[in-house]
Amino acid sequence: MVKPFTQHRGRLVTLPRRDVDTDQIIPKQFLKGIERTGFGPALFCDWRYRPDGSPDPGFELNSPAAEGATILVTGPNFGCGSSREHAVWALAEYGFRAVIAPSFADIFTSNCYRNGLLPVRLPAPEVDALIRSTEGGIHELTIDLEKQLITDDRGFKTGFRADPYGRELLLRGLDEIGRTLLDEPSIAAYERRHP
Amino acid sequence: MTKTLFERVWASHVVKQLTDDVALLYVDLHLIHEVTSPQAFAGLKREGRAVRRPERTLATVDHSIPTGDRSLPIADAVAARQVDVLGGNAREFGIELFDLTSPGQGIVHVIGPELGATQPGMVIVCGDSHTATHGAFGAFAIGIGTSEVEHVLATQCIALSKPRTLEARFTGSRGPGVGAKDLILALIGKIGTAGATGHVIEYTGEAIRALSMEERMTVCNMSIEAGARAGMIAPDDVTFAYLKGRPRVHTGEAWTKDVARWRRLRSNSGARYDTQVMLDASRIGPQVTWGTTPGMVADITARVPDPAALGTDAERHAAQRALQYMGLEPGTPLAGIPIDRVFLGSCTNARIEDLRAAAGVVRGRHVAARVRAMVVPGSQRVKAQAEAEGLDQVFREAGFEWRNAGCSMCLGMNDDILGAGERCAATSNRNFEGRQGRGGRTHLMSPMMAAAAAIEGHLVDVRGW
Ligand code: SF4
Repeated sequence: MVKPFTQHRGRLVTLPRRDVDTDQIIPKQFLKGIERTGFGPALFCDWRYRPDGSPDPGFELNSPAAEGATILVTGPNFGCGSSREHAVWALAEYGFRAVIAPSFADIFTSNCYRNGLLPVRLPAPEVDALIRSTEGGIHELTIDLEKQLITDDRGFKTGFRADPYGRELLLRGLDEIGRTLLDEPSIAAYERRHP
Repeated sequence: MTKTLFERVWASHVVKQLTDDVALLYVDLHLIHEVTSPQAFAGLKREGRAVRRPERTLATVDHSIPTGDRSLPIADAVAARQVDVLGGNAREFGIELFDLTSPGQGIVHVIGPELGATQPGMVIVCGDSHTATHGAFGAFAIGIGTSEVEHVLATQCIALSKPRTLEARFTGSRGPGVGAKDLILALIGKIGTAGATGHVIEYTGEAIRALSMEERMTVCNMSIEAGARAGMIAPDDVTFAYLKGRPRVHTGEAWTKDVARWRRLRSNSGARYDTQVMLDASRIGPQVTWGTTPGMVADITARVPDPAALGTDAERHAAQRALQYMGLEPGTPLAGIPIDRVFLGSCTNARIEDLRAAAGVVRGRHVAARVRAMVVPGSQRVKAQAEAEGLDQVFREAGFEWRNAGCSMCLGMNDDILGAGERCAATSNRNFEGRQGRGGRTHLMSPMMAAAAAIEGHLVDVRGW
């Protein structure tokens, strides 16, 4: 069951890098589990912690202003590489509800929609403006998936377009399998045509 | 009707149109492995759901398993449990499993084609991004996440928005010393790692037609590194010759019928693609990556680029970070960069032809003194075939380690990993930071190039060698 997403207000943290891959989001040593949980503490492990295990103060998520952030703003081609859904589980468990970037990898996008995490594509100049907006400290945004609109208290306002199917999954918190099983007669008919 | 190959396969698999853009597609073959399936089975069990078509599902262990001595238990208890869980799920749901003791075990994208389970015109999915490999047979093959794995297990269908199409046409013929890996790396270098996002790439042109099936798999495999949903090559006589007689294909009259049907799987001459890219294969030399994405790639005759000379701030920043991570100075000739490790393996380049090509380079020579080199065949069948041809002897005598099949150091989930700062010539597909081990530095290249690097102890142009 997808955690529904209709409207969310939260604090930004920025990660101004391009091509952030899923190996980086959740390194392979954490993929040996058989559960969907326990990945939050390992999010961005190699960047977040020094080899001795202490937090790296230079990493964006470790800055005091990032405390409690629920919206990640980052560079193009976010989530590229491996199909591991563990990357999305880690982001969601850490507390992220949305990721804003100029572009996302395809498999990552579909994994997001199935885990209550909203991927928002915005044009690069708008993403850059958001990245600069946090330089003065804390910045909060409101993301409205129903209206497909992002606003803040300083007059920032921009529309976005979510994938209609993914949006539906998120808005209604749908059990996708349950929904597809309602189409069982169509599946059975297909199987009869193509034995 | 002017349809592309992809559109034909798509149209013949639509179970139901869900929205303008999204269709419920039927899945002919579902491949599963130990890392991305346990949570999917757990979900099925929680909801009391069955696997709709267990006979259309194939399981193998590849990602987290050791590649050393198979008579020993798996030392890593967590990985061992994952392997056990897959075994339990396969038994419970009646799914055929190639486990560690099976002669058919191997990397999921190597065994599908090897069995002839991968066939033209199919829709194939797997919880793994390199599922694109199977597109070499004219299948529409995509990587999916674990939630989708669960969905496919329960429904044998997947809800997908229809990708756009990109034709990558390779004209001309490639020169000696240039492999399929070089063609695909050159394409990624040209269009970038997000160059084909949202698209299915169809590879066309005489340089593609001239490739063997193993080479076509290398090309399609790395479609994902260009951002594509899938890569496809129209099936032809090369495809049919490869498939004929394999365990999962029909024989006799049914085979003849299949081939006749498969021959129609190609793009019409008037078919329109959303995007087109042309490359002249005769102008592509051996490629090596210098950075931390597969798009950071250059001809072996080139030098490490100067980030300052790049177009945008973002590119400069990314290249600077990459060079710092890779420990490289701008302007350094690529040929000559010393290496510590060599990895011949992965679903990109660990098929029998890859091992033959590499063995041809190392035969009668020896791995450089400081270099540790290993060969990890893509499957136990590839391994057995190589041993029957004496290739294991060639590698062993040259100082290579000869391993059992698995993903191994492609992603380093077992103990085949790079140490911090170690530099590796690898035939795999990803050179991301930390992919092969935290702090490890990966240069991607063809099997011939990696073999030559092992002998020389540094990156080298295999052509003049
Ligand atoms: S060999 Fe590497 S890329 Fe291929 S399936 Fe295994 S881990 Fe993935």
